[in-house]
Amino acid sequence: MSIDSMFVHKMWNDHELSKMVDGGVPFAMLSDAGGRVGTVYGVYDEDAGVETRGRFIIDPDGVVQGYEVLTPPVGRNVNETLRQVQAFQLVRKSKGAEATPSGWKPGKMTLKPGINLVGNVWKEWKTDMAFD
Amino acid sequence: MAEEIKGGCARPTGGPVGEEAPPRGTEEKQVTLQEGKKMIQVGKKAPDFTAPGFHKDIFVNVKLKCKNLEWKYCP
Repeated sequence: MSIDSMFVHKMWNDHELSKMVDGGVPFAMLSDAGGRVGTVYGVYDEDAGVETRGRFIIDPDGVVQGYEVLTPPVGRNVNETLRQVQAFQLVRKSKGAEATPSGWKPGKMTLKPGINLVGNVWKEWKTDMAFD
Repeated sequence: MAEEIKGGCARPTGGPVGEEAPPRGTEEKQVTLQEGKKMIQVGKKAPDFTAPGFHKDIFVNVKLKCKNLEWKYCP
């Protein structure tokens, strides 16, 4: 979603993005001229009249689980977004019985929140596990 | 799901649904508003919205709520 019109989105997809991605952009490119949606999502820059790039993870219940917004010169990391989606999926599937600690990725250990874990995280999780 | 719309000369745009957009006043008022600005929060419902756009060769109108909500990424 950006402040550009849907006509601009069509031109951008047809003339540039479809040259990067086979078949063009696979999702809808939405128009928010005026920035009313972007304002609620915290990405509309009123001074410049544009929307800052951001990504939002919304779960099947429509709850915002996370978002990331950076200033324009630095790009986001898609793999990190996918990792977060996988982590939220795991937590949701376990109905909160499992939690993914810092540095978690698929295959790594999870924590089982509860009274037995209080004060004992250090036995289960080591600081080097925060890194790959 | 997304409903198709015709591409006329007008420039349709979207907006949040169900809630008033934050009012835009004078510059002085905006400063006050920014302090108490309502923004999304993790763990809270995502504000619904509707917006026109372009998707796979057609113009569409998309509502967040009408999308079949599911995790789009499956490993």
